[in-house]
Parts: sequence; C-alpha cells; structure tokens
Amino acid sequence: MSNILLEIKDLHANIGDKEILKGVNLTVNEGEIHAIMGPNGSGKSTLSAVLTGHPAYTVTSGEVWYKGKNLLEMPPEVRSREGIFLSFQYPVEIPGVSMVNFMRAAVNEHRKYRGEAPLNASEFLKLMREKKSLVELDNKLTNRSVNEGFSGGEKKRNEIFQMAMLDPTLSILDETDSGLDIDALRVVAEGVNKIQGPHKSCIVITHYQRLLDYIRPQIVHVLYKGRMVKTGDFSLATYLEQNGYDWIKQEVGE
Amino acid sequence: MEKVKEIYTNLFHNYREVLRMNASEAIDARRDEAFALFSEVGFPSDKDEKYRYCNLDEALKVDYGMNLYRMGIPAHPDDVFRCDVPSLSTRLYFIVNDLFYPSKKAVSLPEGVLCGSLNTLLKEHPEIGSFYDRLRGEDNDGLAAMNTAFVQDGFLLYVPKGVCIDKPLQLIQMFQGDIDILANRRLLIILEEGAEANLMVCDHAITSARYMSDQVTEIYVGKGANLQYYELEMTHDKTTRVANTYVSMSSDASLLMNSIGLENGLTRNNVYLRFEGRGASADLSGLELMSRNQFADNHVLVDHAVEGCSSNQLYKYVLDDAAHGVFGGKVLVRKGAQQTAAYQSNANMVGSQQARMHSLPQLEIYADDVKCSHGSATGHIDEDAMFYMRQRGLDEGEARMLLKFAFTSDVVERIHFTPLQDRIKMLIGKRFKGELSKCHDCKICP
Repeated sequence: MSNILLEIKDLHANIGDKEILKGVNLTVNEGEIHAIMGPNGSGKSTLSAVLTGHPAYTVTSGEVWYKGKNLLEMPPEVRSREGIFLSFQYPVEIPGVSMVNFMRAAVNEHRKYRGEAPLNASEFLKLMREKKSLVELDNKLTNRSVNEGFSGGEKKRNEIFQMAMLDPTLSILDETDSGLDIDALRVVAEGVNKIQGPHKSCIVITHYQRLLDYIRPQIVHVLYKGRMVKTGDFSLATYLEQNGYDWIKQEVGE
Repeated sequence: MEKVKEIYTNLFHNYREVLRMNASEAIDARRDEAFALFSEVGFPSDKDEKYRYCNLDEALKVDYGMNLYRMGIPAHPDDVFRCDVPSLSTRLYFIVNDLFYPSKKAVSLPEGVLCGSLNTLLKEHPEIGSFYDRLRGEDNDGLAAMNTAFVQDGFLLYVPKGVCIDKPLQLIQMFQGDIDILANRRLLIILEEGAEANLMVCDHAITSARYMSDQVTEIYVGKGANLQYYELEMTHDKTTRVANTYVSMSSDASLLMNSIGLENGLTRNNVYLRFEGRGASADLSGLELMSRNQFADNHVLVDHAVEGCSSNQLYKYVLDDAAHGVFGGKVLVRKGAQQTAAYQSNANMVGSQQARMHSLPQLEIYADDVKCSHGSATGHIDEDAMFYMRQRGLDEGEARMLLKFAFTSDVVERIHFTPLQDRIKMLIGKRFKGELSKCHDCKICP
C-alpha cells in the first residue's frame, strides 16, 4: 500500500464571486502519475492555481492535505519548498531578472528550508549544467532574463528545467503540451520522466492524449464544471481522444 | 515666505563686503545682478507651474547658517570619510558644505587640464571667467539667482582642446556639522573641442542636522567633445537639495548624464540642456529610489534649437511608503530644427497605497521633419511575476526586491563606466534591503 501524498476533499474555490471548483475530490499516492482532462473552462487551471496558493483564488470550503500537512494554510513559497512545483501554462516574463540569479535564489531558498547550506557559485553552475542537458536547454537562454523573448517552446522547456533544478515531490504540469511541436514535446516529456521517481508524483493537466503517450498516467480523471465526473485508467484518455467530451456532458445530464 | 526672503536680503546687504573678500573677479562681478533678479522673483513657489508639486517652504524656513567667513573643518575629509563608491578614481576632490578640499594624494592630470577650486582657478586663470554664469539664462530661477549672489567657491573642471582624461574624476560633496547649514554649491565644467572626460559627483550628509544645498552646475560640451557625467545622492531625510544644471552642447558633442538618488530628503533637480550646434547627442537618465516621506522632483528641458541633434531621456522612480515623486520632462523642438530625434520615457513603480507619483511629459514641436516620442507609465508591482517567483520558493519580500531591482536595470545599464555600474547595482540591492552602510547605526531617518 503506497503512502498518500495529496488528498483533496470536497474542495470549493472562487475567483471573485464566481465559484469555479464545486467539490473536487482527488487522492494522489506516492509514485503515481495522474492526468486531469476536461473541456475548456471546467476548472483545470483553477485547481492547479489553488493547489499552489495563487492569491486571486479563495477557497470557500473543503480540505487539502499534503504529506499529512494542511496545505491551505501554507503561503505559496512554503508549498514550493515543501516540494510542489507548477509548470505554468503561461510562464511569466520577468525582464531584468536573470535566469541564473532567479534559479540560484530559488534553489538556495529550498536548501535553507531543509536546513542545508547554500550552494556556492561553482556548485550551482555545475547543477545548472547538469539539469540543462535534461531538457536540451540552450545555454544562451539561461543567460537571459526569465522567459524574456523566449519562444513558446523555449518557455515550456524552461519550466521543466526549473522543475529539474528544484526536484519536486509533486509536479503539476498545466497544459505543458500546448504550443509545443512534436520534437519539443518529446524532449519535454523525456525530461519529466527523468525527474520522476518511485516517491514522486505528477499531475498532468491536458486536453490531449498526445502528451500522455510520453508521460503515461496510471489514473485519468475528467474534470467538468468544477467536479471530477469520471475516473479511469489510461484507456479513458484514449476514449476521450476518439469521442470528445460530449458523451460526458450527456452522462452528467445536459 | 516674504520674511525668509527679507532675511536673505538683509544678509546679502550686510555681508556684501565679506562676500567680496577673497572672491575672484568673475564670481563677484555676477552677484549684484543675480541678487536683483532674486529680489524680483523670490523663491520658487508652488504657485509657479513648474514647482506645482514641489513645496520648498518648510525647507526654506529653517534658520540655516551660511559659512560666509569660510571656517574650515577640523579634519581633512580624506581622513574621515569613505564614499560608498570608493576606489573608482584616485582623482578625488571634496566639497565639505561649501568649502573645497583637494585630495591629500597627488593627482596627475594631462597638461592644460584645470581641476579644483572654482574660486582659486578663476583667480589664476581669469580668461575662463567668461564661461562663468553664462548659461543660467532665461528660466529666472530664484534659487539659482540666490546661489549666484552668495556663492564663494565650488568646483571647476576645464579640459582643453583635444585632451582626453582617460580615468574618471570624482567629486564628493558632503554635509558635515552640528548646526543647520545652507551650502551654495557651484560646478563649472568646460570641455573644449574634442576633449573627453568622465566625472562622478556624489552627495552625502554625514551628520544629522538639517541641510540644504542650493547648487548651480554649468556644463559646456564643446565641438565633438564627449562627457560622461554621473550624479549619486546618498543623503538623508533632513536634507534638501535644489540643483539647477545648465548644459550647452556644441556641434557633434556627446553627453551621457545619469543621476541616481538612493537616499534623500527633498530633492529638486532642474536640467536645462540646449543644442547649439548640429550633430550633437545627449543621453539623460535618472533613477529615484524612495521610501518613508522622501520627495524627488526631476524637471528636464531639452531644447532642440538647431537641426540634426538627438536626445534620449529615461527617468524611473521606485516609490514605497509615503514617498512622492514628480517628473516633468519637456522636449522643445524649435522651428527649423529638422532631423531631430528626441525620445523621452518615464516609468514608475508604486509599491504602496500612500506613495504618489506625478508625471508630466511634454513635447513641443515646431519643425516638421522630426522623430519624437514620449511615454509615461506608472504602475504597481506585477502580481503575476510575484506569484511566479513565490511558486519557485522565493518569499514575498525577496520576490518584490528582485522585481524592483529588475525595474531599475535599464537606467543602471546606461552607466557606461563598468566599475561604477557594478557598484551602483550593489548599492541599489542594499538600498532595497535597507543595508546601505551609511544607514548602519544611523538614527537620522525615522
């Protein structure tokens, strides 16, 4: 029996006065890869934002337990240091902040949280070199400002590079496949797979099966109108790819 | 304010002979006319459009002492003071309040270069007197007039034709003393044809009385000459600085002017730059980092009086707590000044509900074949970027600091002298963390 890493119970969340999540339940065990699929506007990105503590969303009821701790009480940076990583659907450009300084600050914050000494410059550069090769990230990109002037594909690679640097326990990939061509998709997915391990878990949010062919989930959920309406194995993803979401809409009574 | 004006009027009349003592002819010859102007226009007031947001009344009402009898300080500044921008140059000069001190170390400069006490050098080289007080022209600023009436010394840099000073010069202006002091400061910088120089001027306040500097700077960039002029203010909440800078650009001259305010009280910088010959270019930039109740107001007038010149302004403010910033930038393209390229940008990051920013960009164009643009943007910290950084494990304070630091980067990158640029970057980081060395154990600012 695996240990439970993340447990979401009847989670309700709003943005402004609008309720987006209307009672989400989800349990992720150590070592599992889950996929969350669903039509546009069903609340997939909201779920990833709420799990990482985005200040624009308010949790109105429900619980989230992560490693046995109350996740909802933690500020975003503590969730990060506890090992939750979000690969953003739209990575933010931060002109003037270099990738190197940004990652060094992040890595050292994580180390401080674990009671470890900060990495010195040469240790840090060695770690960067090692992790860059995982996603075949161009050297010149890490010398630039965070995401500034990066192409869509470069931004996504950069997300996975940061994921490799921070070595999270729970990774949430929010539509990491959008905007990627097939070669970039393969590189990104291989990067993710190299980071995964027996005690690490991953939630892959996507519209399409194609990413799931590379990052193969054991469990597939369909989120629709703020609720998990269907859960199955990998074959559910294949079925959705062929049949779309209309049958689900009918099943939930529309 | 009439009362304050009366005090300085009496002071001028009662001490007119003292002011004449030991003064170079060039300086003394300008006093009476300047005083007449001061009598007529008085102090700048917020009824004047240009000073609308800048109220100097409280600062001017302080009962300052003026060092009319030229009393020296007990220790040489070289022995007691280390600037936060050290070892940029061995060519170091000091102004303590309004007294000039050369560095104790010998300074070697190319032949013909004059650098040092304005009053002394004007006495020794009366031919340079013709440059003195020629640019303080039509704006009729009351404080610039008052400076001219009372000023007794200052700093002069004269670089003759074709001479290049390869290493930077540094002038440290500081306030020191237990009484409230008003210092009339005067800088005269002359680059003859083809000359090159690089000057950095740092303003400090070492002790904790109330200080005011009334500064006038005249800069002549001769034909094809090249000047880099940097200013850094690191004073404190009880300091007032009013600086009027007048620049004359000859043909093909180039100027890089960069002014950074890290700590201040009330600051008003006026820059009047006039292109007098074609093909010249000026790059003007400024950065103000403010918190508590600090106030800074930069007014810039770029006068494209002739054709074929280019100007580029970039001014940025970071405002926290109850800080108040003002930027007034005007580009004037006169009739016939064709082929002008003029850009102006002002961007401000407001970090609190109480902080305020007034931005007044202006273009006035009377020529039809020009490239001009201006822009102004005032906003808060980018919340999406904040969340992105926190998601990677940076706490809110650290993320905010990195974003503020990033916001300043394009102004700092305009400093073309690399050791200075590195040093300024470091000081900006410290400023945001509240770790400036001058602030250690210092209780001056509340």
